[in-house]
Amino acid sequence: MNSPVAEEGCNVLDSQEQVRFETLVLPHLDAAHNLARWLLHGGADAEDAAQEAMLRAYRFFSGFRGGDVRAWLLQIVRNTCFTWMQKNRHGKDTDEFDEEVHGPPGPTPEALAIAADSRGRLTRALESLPSRSREIIVLRELEGCSYKEIAIITSIPIGTVMSTLSRARRQLQLALTGPANKESMHDL
Amino acid sequence: MICDRAGAVVHGYFDNELDAAGAAEFELHLERCSECVFALEDLESLHSSIAVAQLYERAPATLRKTILASLDRELPVAAFPSRAVWRWLAVAAAILLATYASWRVTSLGRSDSYDAVLAAEIVDAHLRSLQPGHLTDVISTDQHTVKPWFDGKLDFSPPVQDFADQGFPLQGGRIDVVHGQAVAALVYVRRKHFVNVFVWPTDEKDRAPSSGSQQGYQWLEWRKGGMQFCVVSDAAPSALQQLQSLLTSN
Repeated sequence: MNSPVAEEGCNVLDSQEQVRFETLVLPHLDAAHNLARWLLHGGADAEDAAQEAMLRAYRFFSGFRGGDVRAWLLQIVRNTCFTWMQKNRHGKDTDEFDEEVHGPPGPTPEALAIAADSRGRLTRALESLPSRSREIIVLRELEGCSYKEIAIITSIPIGTVMSTLSRARRQLQLALTGPANKESMHDL
Repeated sequence: MICDRAGAVVHGYFDNELDAAGAAEFELHLERCSECVFALEDLESLHSSIAVAQLYERAPATLRKTILASLDRELPVAAFPSRAVWRWLAVAAAILLATYASWRVTSLGRSDSYDAVLAAEIVDAHLRSLQPGHLTDVISTDQHTVKPWFDGKLDFSPPVQDFADQGFPLQGGRIDVVHGQAVAALVYVRRKHFVNVFVWPTDEKDRAPSSGSQQGYQWLEWRKGGMQFCVVSDAAPSALQQLQSLLTSN
């Protein structure tokens, strides 16, 4: 990306540029945190990653050409999270680009599905999606991004965004309706 | 029986991603395809379950504070071996920034998408100015107070006039940033609507006004006598034109 010199150039941005960053980019901190939380499966890691992404965004801010600030920031968040996962890999997210339709993996699908409230159930269902499906659900359902924005943020072709989204929604619907309907997935 | 539209088309319709014709056609189809109706209902129910479950995880307030603090620390980075190197890098960076800024300003000046880019930045700047405490750095209805205030803060002298008699009382001014360049922002008020007038020098020749709207805000921009003007407000377009003729007639 940027050479050290160019990066340094960004660091000596004047305070007006910092104010501009704070008014344009910082309001999207919630979006950054939410995406990081769902990509990284958790609390403290998500905060650290969101913070790191913000600092990166700050350093690259002079390279920002205007346009969709949120999409630009979320691209950085996503890259930060994937770098993060590679550093702290515990074999958990090797399913990233899985094209297969799987039911919720993990040892206790019945236990998961029978679980009490829909929040717990949905959280677990979302956690168990392959990370590509998970991030597309988060961007569409939680962040309200358009297909085009999702394609930009994830660098995935728009057609793949659409097919992944519909597949991921099916998996979530299935998780919500419980194990009794598990067979119906094969009809879809 | 499986309807071939029950896949991507239902999702596209649900997500408002179909064009008007596609959506109208699909609505006709819905009247006779119960499968698509059920599919749509399922999507709605999933969407509302997700909403009810409140899965969106906002950043804790402390995180915002931590980040703001670390942004401040970012400014004087001291990770370099010697002062000489640091100084050299600062000079190189300043040159890079200056070259980049002037390249951006001139290249944008020539580009076809200039108006769109300018409009987006101007509307952003206008919105920013409406945040509490951001509207004016110098509060005065007196042009003889506002004009000298800019001296020494900008390398040009913006034309400052009060048009209270014509229905546009001057409120004050501030320095803003457009295209990475410091510009003068003059603030007028028109029947409770704030109007920002952005002014900065340009090498381009004079140009007649062009206008547009974005996010509900009207803008009007023109060049005259080596100055670029851009007026933005949620006041009526005719009000902007009126202010434009006041600004150019003197």
